[in-house]
This record gives sequence, C-alpha cells and structure tokens, in this order.
Amino acid sequence: MAKVEKKGSASEEQLREFFREMLLIRRFEEKVEERFRAGELPGFLHVAIGQEACAVGVCRALEEGDIIASTHRAHGHTLAKGTHPNEIMAELYGKIEGCSHGYGGSMHLYDVERGNLGANAVVGGGLPSIVGAALAFKFRDEPRVGVAFFGDGATNIGTVHEALNLAQLWKVPAVFVCENNHWAESTPASQHVPITDLTKRAAAYGMEAMRIDGQDVEEVYQAAHAALDHAREGRGPVFLLLETYRLTGHYVGDPQVYRPKGEVEELRQTQDPVTKLRERLGLTDEEFEEADREARELVEASVEFAKNGTDPKPEDALKNVYA
Amino acid sequence: MPGTRRGQKGRPLPELSYREAVRDALSQAMRKDEDVFIMGEDIAEMGGSMGVTQGMLDEFGPERVRNTPISEIALVGTGIGAAMQGMRPVVEVMYEDFLTLAAEQLVNQAAKHRYMSGGQLKVPLTVRTQGGAGWSPGAQHAQQLEAWFVHIPGLKVLFPSTASDVRGLLWSAIYDDNPVILFEHRTLYGLKEEVPAELEPIPIGKARVHREGEDVTVVATGRLVHEALSAAAEAEKGGVSVEVVDPRTLQPLDEETIVESVKKTNRCVVAHEAVTRMGFGAEVAAVVQHQAFDWLDAPVERVGAKFTPIPFAPVMEEFVVPHADDVLEAIQQTVGR
Repeated sequence: MAKVEKKGSASEEQLREFFREMLLIRRFEEKVEERFRAGELPGFLHVAIGQEACAVGVCRALEEGDIIASTHRAHGHTLAKGTHPNEIMAELYGKIEGCSHGYGGSMHLYDVERGNLGANAVVGGGLPSIVGAALAFKFRDEPRVGVAFFGDGATNIGTVHEALNLAQLWKVPAVFVCENNHWAESTPASQHVPITDLTKRAAAYGMEAMRIDGQDVEEVYQAAHAALDHAREGRGPVFLLLETYRLTGHYVGDPQVYRPKGEVEELRQTQDPVTKLRERLGLTDEEFEEADREARELVEASVEFAKNGTDPKPEDALKNVYA
Repeated sequence: MPGTRRGQKGRPLPELSYREAVRDALSQAMRKDEDVFIMGEDIAEMGGSMGVTQGMLDEFGPERVRNTPISEIALVGTGIGAAMQGMRPVVEVMYEDFLTLAAEQLVNQAAKHRYMSGGQLKVPLTVRTQGGAGWSPGAQHAQQLEAWFVHIPGLKVLFPSTASDVRGLLWSAIYDDNPVILFEHRTLYGLKEEVPAELEPIPIGKARVHREGEDVTVVATGRLVHEALSAAAEAEKGGVSVEVVDPRTLQPLDEETIVESVKKTNRCVVAHEAVTRMGFGAEVAAVVQHQAFDWLDAPVERVGAKFTPIPFAPVMEEFVVPHADDVLEAIQQTVGR
C-alpha cells in the first residue's frame, strides 16, 4: 500500500557497523538482566532483546538534528541514538553521571543534546510531543524530523490516534515507528488488537504507511530512510510498521507464564536479528568473536563506570522541579 | 474595581474587559515574538467559544491561530512538544472540565519532563482554560478544577480575577519557562477594569490586596474575589473591616502576603467556587494555622461549593455554589468568636 518507496541500500561496511551496534545492544541488555538478578539495579527494567534491528535501522537513518522519543523499552533506542553505554548504565544505577542524572531511570532515559527527548513510561505518551516538535520544525522551516517509537500495544490508546490524526492533518515532518512485537506486556495480539495489519490504523488517517520485516536491519534502514525523506520533504508523516519479536519477557525477571511453551526458544532460532545479520554478512567465527569481545568490553566498562559513579544527595530530589 | 491610577499627562488609563485583556496579552506577545502561537478548538474563525480570540485570525493568520480537532490530548501534547523545542505555545482548552482529557499530558508529561531529564528540558507551555457556574451548563461544563493541578509539582497554576491581572499574568505565563495553567472564570469576561497603558507583566507568585481591612482577612480566588468585595462592603456597614486578598497565583502561593494579613486581622476566611472539601482553601487554612497560629482569634472559615456535581436547574446551581452572602456569613462567624 505504501507510496513511500524504499531506496538507498546499506553498504557492506555500514552493515558491519550496524552489526556491532546491534551486538552492543544485545550484550548491554543481557548485562542489565544479569545485574538486575544480582540485585544491583533498582526500578522497573524492560529489555529489547530481539528488537535491536528496529533501533539501529531507524536511528542510523536519522540525520543530524532529527529527534526521537522512546518508550519504556528504551535502552536500545538510546544506545542507537548515540548515548554512550556508560551514561545509560550509570542512569540504571541511579548515578549523577547517568544520562538523566539519576532523575529518570530505565524508563526515562533522556539525552537532549543528542536529540533524544526521552523514554516515556506511559504507553503512547510520547507521540503528541513529537507532533509538537515536528510542528515547531515546520514553523521554523528547519529540515528536521521527529520520530516516535511505540509498540503494538500503544495502537489501542487514544493518545496515539489523536497524535496520528493531528500529524496527518497538519502534515508535520514526523515518522511514527510502530515496533510490533505482538505482545502488550503479557497480553498477546489476539487479545488486544482485532486486526493483524496495523498499517490499517494509519490508513484510517490517510497517512502513508510501510510494513517492514523488523528483524532485517537492512530493510529497516532503507524503509526508515525513505520515510524520513518523505517527512523531511514536507510530504507528510509516515507510519513505519516494523514486525518484530520480543525474545524475552515484558520486564526483567518476568517468568512469562503467559507465553506458549517453546515460543521464545523457537523464535530465538528463527527470528534473532543478530543471527540473521551475522549470516547475511557471512561473518567468520573469528570476526564474530572480535566484535563480541569489543561489545562485552564496552558493557563491562559501563558497569564499572556506573558502580564508580556518584550517588545523588537525597536533597537533590528537590532540584529540577521548575526551570 | 479599585484602581484610580492615571496615565501620563493625567489622561485616564484605558479600560479593558477581562476578555479584551486576555486577547490583548496574547496579541501583544504574538506581535513581539514569532515563537508565540495559539491553538485550540474553534479559536480561529469563530474566535473561541467565549469570544476571547476574535479577530486574531485576521491579524495573525491560520498558522499562528490554529484551529484544532476536538482532541485535547493531542492539543496539549503538541503544545508540550513545540514548547520543548523552544516555542511558546498558548493552548486553549475550551472548558476546564476537558482538562481531565488532557490530564495525562499535563500531569505525566508537561510537569515531569524537566525533572525526569535531570534538568535538560524546559516546557514553556501555557494552557488557558475557563469554567465555572452561573450559566447553567450542567455538571460537565461548570466545574472548578484548579485544585487538581496545584497538587502537581512541576506545574504552575494561575487564576486571575480582573482584567489587569489576567493581562499581566498571562504575559508572565507565556514567558515563564515552565508549564502554566491559567484559569479564567466565565462570568468575569465582561468585567472591566482600568489597565496600565503599557502592558506590565505581573510576577507569578504575588498576591494582590484588593482592599485593606483590620478585622478579618478574606482570601478569595476567581469569581469569589468579587463576591468577597461585595461581602466586605456589606460587612463594613455593620462596622466590620475586611481585608480582601487575591492570591492570583495558586502555585506558587504567596504565603507571605496571606500570613502577614492574617497576623494583622487575626481572622481568616478562604473563599472559592470549587467544592470546599479537599479544596484549595484547605491548603490556605493549613498555611495560616501553621504560620499564624498564635495570631488567630477564630478558626479559619472556608467558603466553597457544596459537595455535589454542579446541577442544571438554575435554582439548584445557585444553591450549590457560594455567593457574597455566604462569604458574609463566614466573616460574621469569625468575628463572632
């Protein structure tokens, strides 16, 4: 249905770069799970294992000045948008050196300097802000695009529909990236959404939409590129549907009692975006291990950095309420 | 209204209605500053459901005077997003009852982005809204919900009751770097007052003493400021001298002016149109008893609406919300102690 044509493919070198980023996200997320189980991380944590190609494919297609709003499952988006793992891990440990200086945590990772307007822990809550930011870009005639990430679960909340409607009505430069991992927390798509093709939701607003294999980073990158160009050229917003899989629980520690036996194992065999890209690139074991070592070292260093970080003073809680 | 100031060369100062004063502040800000724009339901051709923005479409065009769908979440949320990019949007929510629809964006987003980001963001958004009883619109178009929002750290809440106050405070709201909700009361739109020839910003967090008195302080907001002034005039006939203080800003609250007034009069009445129970007046009473306990000669009296939704039938509506005689009764109650 999409009139937005995919264009521009990633070079072999770019794909190798994507691979390193996806692997870094994977190792970061695994470390988060491990440190949570060790009792070191407070709060609610949601990892995006299985959804790495979405984050990297979209964020690598962004241009300088583009902005994103993320979701409660934000580590991957934040890493892909350029925040150093040290700053994210420090935030998860509640340290001043964290990307939100200890005020946010996993569900509220911000990095405004790098165009990350924050992870949002209210499902769908970030979309209207992206419409507003895109409206500001339009007002100022700036060639920038606002990108909102959200999941299939969010497509059932009014906020998302109001945002899509207004974005299309005003033709603001925005891209709405729906990561359809087929689960709204513990509720399967069959119990929360009456259609299978979620682009129909965008079609209802007359919005251009694309439906893409979210486990194929090259596909995602090309589609995101096209969607961003479309928005940037003033042709209106785009709904970019990425079909993806959550190869883990809703939250870290989720026993997933609700999930069919063997589903995750099977998906890990068939739908792991890291494995897919590794095969696509034909990486040798040696090449893989080198990239893996690099990722693990970065992640280990981020834990060290975070543990050596500075605790905020309790009374710092009184700061930043008002500008 | 008090206000006998004269302009230069003794010329009388201009007089504006409350409605015109809102429009004037918006228009002046938009003339001065490309970053200011307004959006809301029916605000363009129609000029707003209360006529506040009439004529502004002609002057500023449809990009900066933006009609929106009936879509409060998107409307407020879009304002938040534009504000975080450094614009200064003024969003009109047609009836304050509909703030409930946008509450998620106001409470979880606007109020918290700065905090959750550890100070990286500012949200210079102004939300104007209006409401109140008096026209019998029934339970979904006549509430006073300001107390909901004063309870949210990160929001500022203004409730100006006169033309000069709304003009100066709206200006300050637009240029404040925080999300500000400005409540207007529907029955005040036609009320006129002399205003400064040049728009003078009124600092947020500064109360206005409308009338000085010796025997009792009435802290009143919105429509009740005017009811309190009527009650004060009536009380004076009976020899009771009433000081009327309008906080104008509910969050932050000018506690000092209120407490100093009570230390002088030793008695306090709090009056608002919203329901008394758990209302803004309860907070004022708490502030007064805590900071002026030794000065109080009587319990703080509260005047507000009865604990019901706002009914339709005019006789019931009038019964439920407070008027000057309710304020007068409360004054007499404190003086009688």
